[in-house]
This record gives sequence, structure tokens and C-alpha cells, in this order.
Amino acid sequence: MRRALGIALWVLAVAAGIAFFLVLPRFVSDFHSRELAQAGVFFIAIVGLNLLTGYTGQISLGHGALMAIGGYTTAILVTHEHWRDVWTIPVAGLTAGAVGFLVGIPALRLSGLYLAVATFGLAVAMPSILKKFSGLTGGSEGLVFVEKAPKQITGLGGSVTIFGHSMTQNHFLYYLTWTIGLIGLTIAWLIVRGRIGRVFRAVRDSEIAAVSSGVNLAKIKTLSFALSGVYAGIAGSLLAIQTQIVNPLSFTFLLSILILVGAVVGGLGSLVGLVVGAFFVQYLPDVSTHISERPGVPDFVYGAAIIIVMILLPSGVGGFLRRLARPLTTWLYTRP
Amino acid sequence: MLLAFDWTQLAQQTVIGLSVGGTWALLALALVLIYRSTGVINFAQGEMAMFSTFIAWSLVNHGLSFWEAFFLTIAISFVGGIAVERVVIRPVERAPELTVAIVTIGLFFLVDGAAKWIWSSETRTLPNAFSTRPIDVAGVAFSIEDLGNIAVSVGVVVLLWLLFRFTKVGLALRASAVNPDESRLLGIRVSWMLALGWGLAAAMGAVSGMLTAPALGSFDQNLMQVVLLYAIAGAVLGGLGSPIGAVVGSLLLGVFITLVGTYVDWIGTDLRTPFALAVILAVLLVRPAGLFGRTAVRRV
Amino acid sequence: MAELLTLTDVEARYGQVKALHGVSLTVGEGEIVAVLGANGAGKTTTLRAISGLVKRSGEIVFAGKRISRRSPEAVARLGVAHVPEGRGTLSELSVRENLRLGAYTRRGRKAIGEDERRVLAHFPQLADRRDQEAGTLSGGEQQMLALARALMLRPRLVLLDEPSLGLAPIVVDEVFRIVRELNEREGLTVLVVEQNANIALSASSRAYVLEVGKVAFEGPSGDLRKHESVRRSYLGY
Repeated sequence: MRRALGIALWVLAVAAGIAFFLVLPRFVSDFHSRELAQAGVFFIAIVGLNLLTGYTGQISLGHGALMAIGGYTTAILVTHEHWRDVWTIPVAGLTAGAVGFLVGIPALRLSGLYLAVATFGLAVAMPSILKKFSGLTGGSEGLVFVEKAPKQITGLGGSVTIFGHSMTQNHFLYYLTWTIGLIGLTIAWLIVRGRIGRVFRAVRDSEIAAVSSGVNLAKIKTLSFALSGVYAGIAGSLLAIQTQIVNPLSFTFLLSILILVGAVVGGLGSLVGLVVGAFFVQYLPDVSTHISERPGVPDFVYGAAIIIVMILLPSGVGGFLRRLARPLTTWLYTRP
Repeated sequence: MLLAFDWTQLAQQTVIGLSVGGTWALLALALVLIYRSTGVINFAQGEMAMFSTFIAWSLVNHGLSFWEAFFLTIAISFVGGIAVERVVIRPVERAPELTVAIVTIGLFFLVDGAAKWIWSSETRTLPNAFSTRPIDVAGVAFSIEDLGNIAVSVGVVVLLWLLFRFTKVGLALRASAVNPDESRLLGIRVSWMLALGWGLAAAMGAVSGMLTAPALGSFDQNLMQVVLLYAIAGAVLGGLGSPIGAVVGSLLLGVFITLVGTYVDWIGTDLRTPFALAVILAVLLVRPAGLFGRTAVRRV
Repeated sequence: MAELLTLTDVEARYGQVKALHGVSLTVGEGEIVAVLGANGAGKTTTLRAISGLVKRSGEIVFAGKRISRRSPEAVARLGVAHVPEGRGTLSELSVRENLRLGAYTRRGRKAIGEDERRVLAHFPQLADRRDQEAGTLSGGEQQMLALARALMLRPRLVLLDEPSLGLAPIVVDEVFRIVRELNEREGLTVLVVEQNANIALSASSRAYVLEVGKVAFEGPSGDLRKHESVRRSYLGY
């Protein structure tokens, strides 16, 4: 009986969430939909990073670089090969996933901090690498969709029509990004609940114990990297589609840091708070600038906010919500 | 062929490399100190060092000589480091390490913002610690500044070594890093040892900044960002838990990068950093714990 | 005989899980008291509660002072030397450095130097390895080192947590022989937690048996030896 109640509550919460998502654009300005769409990009990357770091315990500071791979794949396909922008998304995801897989291979020998530093190196090196292959990537100037392939941009005219519904380009980007985001979240949730999720957590909690139980460490680590790479690639691709431009500065090391911050603030090892993490990373810079425009103050506020949030919620929003809900969940799941 | 090789240039470039590597070594030591006690890389170490350098500049601007400002800044940074640990790190002492890492990231922005707020973004100069005249050693011309930097870096490292090896406080610091719970049972106030570690690290960062700034000519708030990168690289190369490793790794890295910059043409300034990082990655693949790091043997 | 340590209704928890459900015991000055019990009974937790390493409630009085709220550092400063489970040797430091740290809270370099010599006289194996890294010592030697380090405090009370863990029987015998000798000759007060009930009962004058976080039996060690349940569950016959 209690279990049924628990499930019902859960379904209700999910339904409410979906309803909210569908209806939100009506209540915000068109420009704001664009901001929300960008938050969605962070969300997808954060979910991917959480699978890798929160659930499998592998630290990566290089997710910005994987996003770059996805973004540039999209940009190259659009501007050089004249693909429609939205159709490049899966390809971008797979490409980044493949690179993620390759990154996972050294991870077999490196652990913890060394892995963090190696991935950090990748993120730092990425802008330089992108500039070097300027024939393909457009060098420092990057690739501008409007210049090279305007017809491939969905909604360039200002409106998009899907299934007979007409909407602005910004609304379209919002729905596109967050639909993919919610699907990605669902897939992540299924993975986490399933056998693979358990194996991930086993690796996170103790590699030696996992191996003794027959886990193929190589397979799992590379799988985890590849999976989170796919998410990052899709996020990068969506970012490129939203901004209609890519250049080395779109994907600096700062981006990797932001995603990590978003994942930790959202709550590693739990999927619940990640939306908050994404919004935190998206809106905090704006809020900081709002408080004061004087040089240095926005950064100061930004840093202070991050510190305060971490002090108050050391396990992130997800951890905090879990603790809040504990009386309820204990009651729901214990036998009377 | 051997005789035609320009040994003079090699010697000069090596000294330059050691000089630069020395400043990285100081910051790397600071990172290792905090890593051993707090368990994370302090991403804000460079910015804290930059802040100290600006303090030094302000002191000089108010009429102090370089060396007066130098020592006063070290003292101020020491206290500042302790304060930062007590206010910002202590609340998350028991939190997971990634949380603490994110706090240091927040600290990065906070200190960077504070420095831009207090001192505007225009470039400034710090007077040279040593004269920029060249000096003749065995027929080869070296800059006094480079030799001076090396001397200061080595001096600081030796002082630190003496502290750790031969004093009661140093012993307590080491114990706290090795086994905090056990240290508490011995009566050591481990929490304050952490603060002390941060104070020492801040002081070393300050020295690093004050040596780096004059060498660059002019500096602004971005002063230490590249240094942080190389310091992390040097520390990782040497093995993150090892102070010796941090110093040796950074010196090696300094020499290596300088020589590569001189002798290898196709690696322009743009690719220098990625190249160095690639080399370090290669080293890590062969020796996963760095040159001097201890690996728990894992062949799983 | 003066009561040196008194626990009254002490409860302790690890997070949400309660490990001690109200433990009361006393240790008199100059006694060796043993705490026995199966794995998970709360023996180690009891010592950790005394030292302040775990969240606890209830009353703990040591040498007339209430230490129920004090931090581990403060408890150590009062003269309580806690040798934890697994010895707690600082493995990267040398034997000598470990010993020096034992006397961390004391002043008087001369007295500490003399104590170092005295202690090493008790443990000749350690004297030979003074500058060796503690982590390279054998299990038995590390246990000796942990004990020696505790003595450097000139403690009023030694808390010994499972000294026999991982050691060969002959080494265990030696460890307890030294403990008894120190107790007889220098009046060292010891509270020892042990899984090896046999040797613990032989070395101690009184003992408590913990079950599921509570005291199940207590009394003079000789009597407990003959107690039916204790014999069956803990002595194996």
C-alpha cells in the first residue's frame, strides 16, 4: 500500500515536471527562452558528467573539450558538408563519444587526481589544437553558420513549424534542447537503476572490490567515458546550433569548470538536483553582473556564491533534497 | 660536430629554465603542501599569489624598498592563508573532496574579483629584486636576476625542509597529513595544522609571485594563471604527494620548456603548453604516480 | 582504590546507526580492565567514545573531570593515551619520530629525551630500528611501537584497542607480558579491548562483556572465566 503511494507520488512529480517544462515558454519572454535553452545545454553536459564522476567515480575536467568536439562536428557538417543543423546532433554525440572512449583508455592507468590533471590538460590544450587545424575548423575565427550555410539553420527566418504548430526560433531551441535533455535524463535514470548502474557504483566505491567480483574495469571505465562523451557532444552540438557559431573561445577550460561546478552543486551521484545545477551555472553570472558592474565585483560575487552554496549544501542540491525527503521516504518504504 | 654546438647558449638557456622553473617550484610546493593536508588541489593558489604580489606592489608604491615589501608581504600572506582556511575551508573540512575542490574554484573567482576591484586592471610593474645586469661566470654571461631567483627559490625550499624535518611543528604537520585521526589522539590540533599549512602555502605563493612579476616586466591580474598551470604540471610530473617531486618536476619542466622553445621551431608559443602537457601525460602513462610519487601497487 | 575513569549510560552513534545503547563501566587507578565481546558488539566504539572520536552522549568522567564533550586532542592532553585498532602508527615517519610525537603534548626536552631512552630499553627491537620508517616494521614491532609511543605521554590511562589483531600468538603473549609488567612495576592503568578473551582475562583483574552495545556481564576476571555463558560464547569450551 505504501509502495503504491510512493510510486503515485513519484509519477505525479514527474508529470508536474513535464507539464511545467511544456508550458514555461508562455510565461517568459522570447529572449528568456533562449537563456533557458542554454541552461538546457549545461543540463545535458552535467547529466553526462554525473554519470562519469558521480556514479563511476572517474574525475574529468575535460568535458568542455568533449563539448568542443560535438560543437565543431556540427559546425563542420553544417558549413562544409551542408547538413541540416538538427540532423548533425546524433553524429556529434557519437563522435564525442568515440573521443570520450579514447580518453577513457589512459584512465585505466591513472586514478583520481592524475586523471583530473590529464583531462584538465586536454581541456586547456583544446583551443590551441582547434586553432592549429584551421583548414577544417576555421582557426581563430571559427565557423559562422550564417556566412557559410545559412539555409541549414533551422528557423533562420524567425519561425519554425513542427507538426503544424508554429513557434519562434527561440522557443524551438528551448523545446529541442530540453526535450533531448529530458530524454537524456530518462536514459541516465534507466542506466543508473539497472545493472550497469550498479557496476558503475561498484567501481566508484572500490575498484579492487569490483575487480574481485569479476568486473571488467577496462570495459566499464571506457564505457562510462564514452557515454558521458556522447552527452557532452550532444550538448556541444546544441550550443553550436543555438549560437550558430563556433570558435576556440566558445569552449575554453572555463566551460569544463562550469560543468563540474554545476554537477557538484546539483549533487553528484543523484539525478534529482541537476536541473538546479544547470540553472545555477547559467544564471549566476548574470545575477552577479546585476549586483554591480564595477570591475571585479561580479567575479567576487560569483566566487562567493559558489563558496556559500558549497558550505551550505556540501552534497549539492540532490544530497540536500534527499536528506529533506528522508523522513518521507523512510516512512514510505518501511514495513509498518 | 660537438665542438660546433653552442654550449654557451645551452648553459644560458638552462639557467633561464631553472629560474623560471624555480618560481613554478615554489607554487608547486604550495600546491603539494595543501594537497597533502587538505586532499585537494587548491585552484586558487595562483590567484592568492597574485593578490600577494599586488599587496607587494602597493607597499612599494607607498615607499618601501623591494626587500622590505618582500618580507612584509610574506608575513601578510601567511596570515591571509590561515584566515582563508579558517573561514572558507574549515566549514567543509568533512565534506567530500570534490566539494572542497569546488570551493577552491569559487575562491579563484572571489580572489580574482577582489584583486580587480581593489586595484584596477591596468598593468603595473614591480621593481626587480636583483639587478638586471649580466654577470660573467666562467666566461658565460648570465643575468643576475636569474641567478638570484634560483637562489631565492632554493633558499625557500631549504627553509621549508628544515622546518619539516627538525622542528616539532614540522613533525606535527607531517603527522597530520599522514594520519589525521591518529594525530588527534596524540594531542595534535589537526584543524590548526591545516590552517598552518595554508598559511605556509600562501607565503610560498607570495614569493613565487614576487619573483615572477619583475621578470615579466609588467603584470596584471592574469599574472599567475599560467604559472599555476605549470606548477600543477610540475607537481604532477614529480608526483603529487611528494614535495621533492614538486620541486624537481617543476625545475625539469622549466628547463625542458625553455630548451624546447629555443631549439625546436615548429612548436610556437601557442603549442608550448599543450606540448608540455602531452609530455607529462606520456610520463604519467609510464609512471602513473609521477617521478617520485608512491604508488600503491595496483595491477587490477 | 580511586576510580580513574567512569562511564555512565554512554550512547554512541555512527551517523544514523546507534552502536552503544547505554554502557556503564569503571576503571580504577592501577587496574587492568578488559572489555570483551564479539565483532560489532561495540568494544572499539566504547574506546572511541572515551576519546571523543565518535558522537556520544551520556557521562564520561576521567580523573574527576567530565570529558563527555571534549575533543580527542583535549582528552589526550589530560593524559589518556589511545592506541587504536590497527596500531595507528604513522607509517611514513620513523620510529623515533613516532616516539617524539607520543610526547607531543609534554614540555621539557630533557625529560622527554630520558623517557625516550627508558622506553626504548623496554623495547630493544625498536631501539635497533630507531631511524627506520615505521611502516616497514613487522606487525608485532608496530604494536610495540604503538605501545611505546603511548608510554611517551607518561599517561595516566592507556586505552588499548585489540592489541592481538593480526599478530602471531607468541607475539601476543609478549605484548600482554609487557603490559602486565608495566602495570605491576609502574602502576600503569590500562583499559584493554580484546577479541581474544582468553588472554585478556588472564591479564586483567576485572572485565566487562559487551553484547549489542550493552554490558551483558561484568565482574572479576577469574569469576567470568568460570561463568557458563562466557565460557561457551567467548572461551570456546
